[in-house]
Amino acid sequence: MYWMNRYIERAENYARFMDVNFNLALESPSETIEQWKPLVVITGDWPLYESLYQKVNKKQVIYFLGFDPKNPNSIYNCITNARENARAIRPELTKEVWEQINSIYFFVCKGLEKKRWKSDDPRSFFKKIREDCQLLYGIFDATISRNEGWHFGKIGQLLERADKTSRVIDVKYHILLTNTEAVGTPLDVMQWAALLKSVSAYDMYRKKYGKLTALNISEFLILDKTFPRSMLCCLIHAEQSLYAITGNSGGFSTSAEKQLGKLKSELEFAEITDIFNSGLHEYIDGFQQRLNAISTHFYNSFFTTQIEQIQQ
Amino acid sequence: MSKIDFSKYETKGYYDEMFAATHEVRPSYELFKKRLEKLSRNKLEFLQHATDRAQLSLGMTFNVYNDNKGVERILHLDIIPRIVSGPDWDFLAKGLEQRIVALNMFIDDIYNDQKALKDKIIPRDLVLSSAGYLKECIGLKPPENVWSHISGTDLIRDGEGNFHVLEDNLRCPSGVSYMLENREILKRTFPELFEKLHVRPVHDYSHYLRDMLESLTQESPATIAVLTPGTYNSAYFEHAYLAQQMGAELVEGRDLVVKNSFVYMITTNGLQKVDVIYRRVDDDFLDPLVFNKDSLLGTPGLFEAYLKGNVVLVNAPGAGVADDKAVYAYIPRLIKYYMGEEVLLPNIKTYICAEEQDLKYVIENIGKLVVKQTDGSGGYGMLIGPHASKKEIEEFTIKVKNNPRNYIAQPMINLSRVPTMTEDTIEGRHVDLRPYVLYGKNIKIIPGALTRVALTKGSLVVNSSQGGGSKDTWVLDNK
Repeated sequence: MYWMNRYIERAENYARFMDVNFNLALESPSETIEQWKPLVVITGDWPLYESLYQKVNKKQVIYFLGFDPKNPNSIYNCITNARENARAIRPELTKEVWEQINSIYFFVCKGLEKKRWKSDDPRSFFKKIREDCQLLYGIFDATISRNEGWHFGKIGQLLERADKTSRVIDVKYHILLTNTEAVGTPLDVMQWAALLKSVSAYDMYRKKYGKLTALNISEFLILDKTFPRSMLCCLIHAEQSLYAITGNSGGFSTSAEKQLGKLKSELEFAEITDIFNSGLHEYIDGFQQRLNAISTHFYNSFFTTQIEQIQQ
Repeated sequence: MSKIDFSKYETKGYYDEMFAATHEVRPSYELFKKRLEKLSRNKLEFLQHATDRAQLSLGMTFNVYNDNKGVERILHLDIIPRIVSGPDWDFLAKGLEQRIVALNMFIDDIYNDQKALKDKIIPRDLVLSSAGYLKECIGLKPPENVWSHISGTDLIRDGEGNFHVLEDNLRCPSGVSYMLENREILKRTFPELFEKLHVRPVHDYSHYLRDMLESLTQESPATIAVLTPGTYNSAYFEHAYLAQQMGAELVEGRDLVVKNSFVYMITTNGLQKVDVIYRRVDDDFLDPLVFNKDSLLGTPGLFEAYLKGNVVLVNAPGAGVADDKAVYAYIPRLIKYYMGEEVLLPNIKTYICAEEQDLKYVIENIGKLVVKQTDGSGGYGMLIGPHASKKEIEEFTIKVKNNPRNYIAQPMINLSRVPTMTEDTIEGRHVDLRPYVLYGKNIKIIPGALTRVALTKGSLVVNSSQGGGSKDTWVLDNK
């Protein structure tokens, strides 16, 4: 359940990134490579892309992130993996959840077959993926008891979400803040707005802060306690699910709890100005490493021990 | 299924925005034409249906007064865009800037020194009898001396392709949300054209709007509210849209209170001070203590708070004095008077019924003229002589004779046309152009506009309340 949700969350994020980026590219004058390379960088698969393809262009990137069977993180592979996971734990799932995953899976397969990346406007394809994944979240929440499985699923989803939000901030900031010429230009505002939209944060951000500023945007995406895609908010809810699994009401009994609790508390007390002063990139980099460590600890605490027990 | 074919497209008698003549496409439309000719009629209809659905799901509906059929309608968006070349636009932008500066100097003058009246540039009676003139605003100095911060000027193109100003909208011009949403939709309809044509972006309008509103107050962070008459107002979609897009609060008069001459918004956590109000409520309904005493829409004490400088109202009350249709006739003279420049964007010849000679001419030639109420808008209260019945003309003549100050007349202009989808073909339909100007510390004109189109064959009335539709307006980046 943990991996199933993690893959679905990843696919949904990719679909959103591409939709937003496609829209952005239509109105920006810059070169294709500047528009599409960052997208691959965000996903962390740039080295793989470079090894497979020589050129960066729109269709190639859309193929790579959306459909490429050679990219283990393409939407196609995420959905395929999520479905394989779902098959393995079919008895834990409800009929509704299973049918929805299946339906997404066949939709993606058909997309691959019909070569959707070649179409002039693949946005409707990505929109459908996004909506179907969100529908799945809803069905998951509305039909599954709050049992262990549900909480494992939540943790998978939230860790993935925190990771993706942090990557978007990192890469976009890098581009936005190093390109000093564009600061304050219409292009600049457009890029900031796109950054927010790529994590569905635009409307809620505008409601809370109004004006787009670098400091406020990073505060919102890193430290906001109530926005469901902010890094801190993801950790808060992941911790709650972890406690529900271990039965603790505070403190820790596993190393995953310890690490997660520690990272969460640090974020709770962090000030955005301090993060900026010490270097945003370094901060995010550290966050990602620790998030990975949490995943590993989590895996070791719950999955490997079980396997060892079974093997014994 | 046959491909789209323009070989029989009729351009005679009018200025067509796409074709200089039937087989001669204008340069700014060349790429677009090529793209369209690759499509089948079926595919084009499919695209048109998709935009209709997109509009519905965005909730872009408006309410029509005097219509019992049902209150919500969409403003039809025709998928064939109106394309404006870069040089044309740059010229328009200059003209609009000149005009808005002069108009604001004029309003400021009327409520302060009245120099233009003393120098007899414009008749005193005509100005002071305007429905938009508010004696309560005498001596007022709004922030930056700007009265009309947000304006939308209606432009038309005549038979020779020359741009003219048809009217100024200095109070609460609507339609900017359609400019923004039409673009979002058309980007989905013709994505590949946007990449190739270099259409100038419009999406940052809401950011500029917010920046402009914030620039009018010292408070930081400023609380900004959009004041709407309510969900039954025809432009409610736009009020909600703009509030949401710029992260402002959407309020009605009853959500505001005035205490010690400060304006507060009532929230679940008590009162919160409001610094700038973008009001989409007419002057009359702002404050029942000062203006319309019977109104339930306003907030008692709001105007006093404004006079004391504790809240900024955008646009300033009283700005309507300058978009009176009789005042309009004097604007070229006012531009010369205040700025010492010749007008860049000319007016249309206007007969002022308040003046005896003009009135005589209007009565004698009413069948050839377009007659308008001086404080009217939305296409209500006007007569198009050449298209009117005998009875309508007789009725209107009586109205004009009874209250000449209330009317002006203009020759009928054959508005330019743009190819437009009809039931079974593509035909030219008449359009106007409404660009939007933001005026705070400096002037910002977004390179885009609302193009309104008269969907009925031969019709010249483009107003949404009278069967008009809209088009996305593409300003090209070419020089």
